[in-house]
Amino acid sequence: MLFTSLTFVIYLICTLVLFYLLPKKAQWPLLLVASYVFYAIADWRYLFFILVTTVSVYFVARKVEGINITQKEYIKAHKAELSKEEKNAYKNKMKAKKWRWLLLVLFFNLGILAFTKYTNFVINNINSFLSDASALKTVDLIIPMGISFYTFQSLGYVIDVYRGKQEAQKNFFKLALFVSFFPQLVQGPISRYGDLAPTLFAQHKFERKTVSYGLMRILWGYFKKMVIADRLISGVTTLVGKPEEYAGVYVFVAMLFYAFQLYCDFTGGIDITIGIAEAMGIHITENFRLPYFSKNIKEYWNRWHITMGSWFTDYIFYPISVCGPMLKLSKWSRDHLPKGIGKRVTVYISCFVVWFATGIWHGAAWNFIVWGLANFAVIMISQECEPLYAKFHSRFHVKGKAPYEAFQIVRTVLLMSAIRMFDCYRNVPVTLSMLGSMFTKFNFNVLFDGSLLKIGLSASDYVILAVGLGIVFTVSVLKAKKGSVRDRFYEKPFGFFYHVMAILLIAILVFGAYGVGYDSSQFIYNQF
Amino acid sequence: MNELLEILSDLHPDVDFETEENLIEERILDSLDIVSLISEIDDRFDVVIPPEEIVPENFNSAKALWALICRLDEE
Repeated sequence: MLFTSLTFVIYLICTLVLFYLLPKKAQWPLLLVASYVFYAIADWRYLFFILVTTVSVYFVARKVEGINITQKEYIKAHKAELSKEEKNAYKNKMKAKKWRWLLLVLFFNLGILAFTKYTNFVINNINSFLSDASALKTVDLIIPMGISFYTFQSLGYVIDVYRGKQEAQKNFFKLALFVSFFPQLVQGPISRYGDLAPTLFAQHKFERKTVSYGLMRILWGYFKKMVIADRLISGVTTLVGKPEEYAGVYVFVAMLFYAFQLYCDFTGGIDITIGIAEAMGIHITENFRLPYFSKNIKEYWNRWHITMGSWFTDYIFYPISVCGPMLKLSKWSRDHLPKGIGKRVTVYISCFVVWFATGIWHGAAWNFIVWGLANFAVIMISQECEPLYAKFHSRFHVKGKAPYEAFQIVRTVLLMSAIRMFDCYRNVPVTLSMLGSMFTKFNFNVLFDGSLLKIGLSASDYVILAVGLGIVFTVSVLKAKKGSVRDRFYEKPFGFFYHVMAILLIAILVFGAYGVGYDSSQFIYNQF
Repeated sequence: MNELLEILSDLHPDVDFETEENLIEERILDSLDIVSLISEIDDRFDVVIPPEEIVPENFNSAKALWALICRLDEE
């Protein structure tokens, strides 16, 4: 059941109506049922996977919390008689116990994720290493929808309990809802238990403003997804599907089209997710903060897919960076390497691991791994070049000046768009050769001779895209400069807010991309 | 405390760490800075900051970070 299907819209309306009609204490159980039905409709076999994850996480979190409580009570009861060393030895013993449970649940769930997502990737690599395509047979595996998202969300919860930052949820069904909450099951955001749970399990009364804001955000998401992202699919597919035909300037066009498509697809999907939750009074953490207004790649990654980035930072980057061996290595590199690089060696090693993991999380293919490592390389290079930038800024006094900031923004968008092409072409060598062709083949004539009308996009498509992107850009600028656009609309008289909603709805119905040519309207991030 | 201020100033010479109270919220310190800081603290004070202590409240100001170092040292 795609978010963009009529079935889903009907399902959503029924769930919303029931949510406010039923007694308030039945709201979260209704959401649990709605989430499981949603998942079962996609494929009933998925239920097994999500249930196994939920049970394992529930059990281990309770177990770990039990150890935390025992430790606290023991230390409290024996405070007077325990020396500092004895207390620390006891704490270490209990920590080791908790660690074993945590490792178990991590291996178990990451094992399921790795087995379902990466088995065939490993088999294909072994076969190509042996130069025998049929040495090992690939297997037909089910990859449960959104498995990467719900696995990470669940593991984040259990790690927080382990760290004592979060109490374990005693009600199994509430935890099951946290893991499976249907709007975010498909493509995130990856919520933290502490952020989502308070409003997810609260009782919500109907408030016109809350529901209206939620519905407006849903419509805005559909507008971006159906009017812009889905319309661009055929253009992008044509351009990247036949690299031998579409080189040079075509690659630049594909790069821009894919940048717009991915932005509208992913942020549109997240708008729908957050809007659905908002209409029910549930708060989901934002996943984007106008990423295409970033002035450098580090800032970009603080604004794009924020919940994934912070998950990797908190649960992979920090633990690796501050573990014993890395601290020892850090000390060694400070003592033996030149001052600057000596300080940063371990940071870069951890960054490398994180970006490798980010790449493979996005997909079981070398394209994604190279994409991840390309991001790592750019971040590392820009970090090393920071003193040069500082010199440049102080020499030419450009920092903070509008034209220079515009240059920084365009540079970042182009750089990110170029790296992202690794997602699109069939393999890494083709991507590299196509990116290279931008600097060797200067076929600028294709921009003016009608060639761009032969890639699956008509003149009217271009007009709709130009207007649609213009609206998205204007709204983004307004948001960046003046804050919430919905607040401004809501404050205006004569039901202005509802008129805008009606216009959005009509725009989606009239200009949305439907039909035979647009079958592949699955959200890009669903596959992750 | 002075030694900690020295380490922080080394990272960002343009920031007044004695008065700044929102190092994380204002994105003055990012994750790369935090990791560098932790290894430096381990090196100079022989105090290991575990991942569960890497929260904004502990890194928002030099004062908060110093309090964390003292607490971990006592433990």
